[in-house]
Order: sequence, then structure tokens, then C-alpha cells
Amino acid sequence: MKLPVAMEHRDFSTIENIELELLLQAVFLQYGYDFRNYSRAHVKRRVKHQMVQEGVKSISELQDKILHDRNNFERLVRTLSINVTEMFRNPEFYRSVRENVLPILKTYPYLKIWHAGCASGEEVYSFAIMLKEEGLLERTQIYATDFNPDVIQQAGKGIFSIRNIKEYTTNYQKAGGKESFSDYYHANDELVIFDKNLKKNIVFAEHNLVTDGVFAEVNMIVCRNVLIYFNRNLQNEVLKLLHKSLITGGFLALGTKESLMFSDEEKKYKTVDAKQKIFKKKHD
Amino acid sequence: MTEKWKIKAVVVGASAGGLVALKKLLPALPATFPCPVLIVQHMSPQSDNYMTRMFNNLSPLLVKEVDEKEVILPGRVYIAPPDYHLLVESDGTLSLSMEEKVNYSRPSIDVLFETAADVYGAHLMGIILTGANADGANGLFAVKRKGGLTVVQHPDDAESPAMPRAAIERVKPHKVLTLDEIIELLSQSKVCL
Repeated sequence: MKLPVAMEHRDFSTIENIELELLLQAVFLQYGYDFRNYSRAHVKRRVKHQMVQEGVKSISELQDKILHDRNNFERLVRTLSINVTEMFRNPEFYRSVRENVLPILKTYPYLKIWHAGCASGEEVYSFAIMLKEEGLLERTQIYATDFNPDVIQQAGKGIFSIRNIKEYTTNYQKAGGKESFSDYYHANDELVIFDKNLKKNIVFAEHNLVTDGVFAEVNMIVCRNVLIYFNRNLQNEVLKLLHKSLITGGFLALGTKESLMFSDEEKKYKTVDAKQKIFKKKHD
Repeated sequence: MTEKWKIKAVVVGASAGGLVALKKLLPALPATFPCPVLIVQHMSPQSDNYMTRMFNNLSPLLVKEVDEKEVILPGRVYIAPPDYHLLVESDGTLSLSMEEKVNYSRPSIDVLFETAADVYGAHLMGIILTGANADGANGLFAVKRKGGLTVVQHPDDAESPAMPRAAIERVKPHKVLTLDEIIELLSQSKVCL
């Protein structure tokens, strides 16, 4: 049997794998969300997770429910969207941005920063705080996007659970924070509500890196722990999109375990911090 | 009894006490070991790669922390990075994920074992070593269901017996062995292809 090129490397030796392929095709055709080039092992785990929750015995049965009821599809989107994030996650990364990137960004009169795949926004607010402390927030337009409409809405509120605030405070300090972290929020028993001024220049919007085009031309893109859920081909496609969205000399920040190595885009960037995965776009 | 297995990959899960156990196991593998070895050792999300570097210095095999979408090669030892789940893809590469913790753990042994079982089926050996929680029991169960060889360190031989006990109870593994016996089993050229 000769498979289409895009499917050559997939394993269709089990019925389950065939069902999964069909489900992803069906979701794309019906709803326009394209998970076909997501990391298959990851998608399979999440789909099985949803099967248990919906009490169905096979992926085909789940497909039936998803195709005929949009609510079930929306649950699939939530299942496949990973929203594990924290404020000042990997403080050394923020420290490096402060030391290696912001001094250069300061030379521009006006800045645009894009958080692509920002989930519930913890890192967006972290960036806003850092920009404020470096005197840059007022002249920066921040775009915060994600494909999951629920989390974008949540991100726009700037309200987080108080449960992790101690950890965030430690992160903030390790990240080179200059003030008292509690100055940036009001807390009650359950929640912390971040200062409204932080989000004055943030636009929250739905954007899908897989199916949507260039979002804006920006000075910096922060896209951390997003590419790990894609297969190599899709990673390359998305990296092309990110490259197009950056001005020459603009910065790209990826997750700690992500890299441009093996990608076609590698030669188009200069490495700023190899460990913290910060890159600078070269001239064409 | 082990001759019927044709193992192509080995997955190992360890938690409390695992550092000492792996420090003994990894250097004992022969330089000609023919399978890839994929390891989840529970650790703090903030840990650096000290453990990996130490194992690499001690072992005749190349021991490395996994790079995202890395191709799995025989005779190499892959360690899951702190704070990431490790998954095996059917095209023979490795994926990482930050999805929520499984059994309070990231990386989780279950995630590695279940995805590896899916890809390697009957050609997988799963080994649960010392640990103080129940991660890995479901993963080892998946290995057995797909026809793979299941091995658990004997609770009396383990620094922390809870994880081996949980796995034994859940899985009824093919073999319950001391660490020395596990090393001996891995060294038999007949088991691994």
C-alpha cells in the first residue's frame, strides 16, 4: 500500500492508530482545527484521557460524538491544549532577557512583543512586570495569543489562584525583580488580581500557529514550550511563520528544551543565549 | 524462560533510592549493549543535569538527557529531563511534554512506559526500581498487556519498597529480582536484540 507522503512515517499497524488518524482528519474537516501534525504520542494520550472522561470504548465512538456535537469538540480542544504555566517560569530565562535582550530593545522608540501560545497568561504578566521595571512598558505593545479561546479569556482577566504565589514570588526574585512582588497585585483568600496598568498595552487574541498566518511584525517573540507538541514538519512550518513575524534583529525565545537545531531556520538566527534558548534574527 | 522475548528497548522507572540503584546498574551494562535504555528518575523540577553527567562518566554507554524530537539509537541511555514528561513516538523519536503531573510526578514513569508499550509492544522490557510512590504501576501494566517483559526490583532489595510493591500488586510481573539479578538479566545477550 502506498501512503501519501505526509503519512509515510506514521504507524497504522493497529486499528487504534487508524482511528486516531481518522479522528484528526474529521476534526480538521469539520472544525478547521488541525492537530494532524501534533506529536502523535501526545495526542493519543490526551484523546484516551477524553475517552475515559466521556465513557466511550473506542476512538471511533469518540469521533462520532465530536463530529455531531460541538461541545464535545470544544472539550477535545481543551484536552489538547496544555496550559501548565507559571509566573517567571525558569527565572534564569528572565534574567537573561533582562541582561541580553532588553538593553537592545531599549534603543527602539516603540516596541512590539508577541507571546505566541501564551496559555492562561502567567508569563505575559511576568514580562509586563519586567518591562515596567526596565522603563519599557509604556512604549511596548504586547500581543498575547493562544488557539484555546477559554485560556485567552482567562489570560485577559489577569486573575490567578493564590495557591502558587509563594513560588511565583521566589521566581520573581530569582529573575532579578527589583521591587516587592506583592506591589503588583491585590490578594484575597483565593485569588490574586494583577494591577490593571500592567495590561493596558496588552492585546489578548485568539490565534492558531498551525492554521493562521503572520500576526504582526514584532521586535520579540516569546514562544515557550509550544513547539514540543508538534512533529518536526510542523515545527519547521511554525518556525517559518515566526521568522516572518520578526523584524531583522528581532529576538526569538523558545522553551528550555526546544531548539532550532535540526530546523531549516537555524542558520537564519544568531544565538544570544544557548542555554536559555534566545536567538536573534539575522539579516536575510 | 527469557529466550522467548526479543527485546528492542528497555524502559526503567525509579524514584526514591533510584540514584544509588542506577549508579550501580548503568556502569554494569556492557559497552555492546544492543538496546536503547529510556529512564525516568523522579527528581526536583529545578535539578540540573548533574545526575546525567555522573552516569555518563560512569557508564561505558553514552548517557544523555533527552533532546526534544531526538531519534532513539541503540546502545544509548536516555534520561527524561526534569519537569518534562518523556514520550516515545511511533517514528522512533522522543517527545517531551509539560502536561499536568501524573501521579504527582513530572516526568512520570507511567507516561514513558505507556507510550513505549504502544510503540515497542512485545519487544519492550519494563523495569520498576526502588521508589516511595505508585508511579509506574499502570505503565508496567500497559507493558504487560502489549506482551512485553515486566521486571520489578524485589521490595526487600529496594531502598524504598513502595513503588516495587505497587507494581507487583497491579501487574503480577514476569520477574521480581534483586538489582544484581536485573543486571545479570540485562547482560544476557539472548534477551536483547
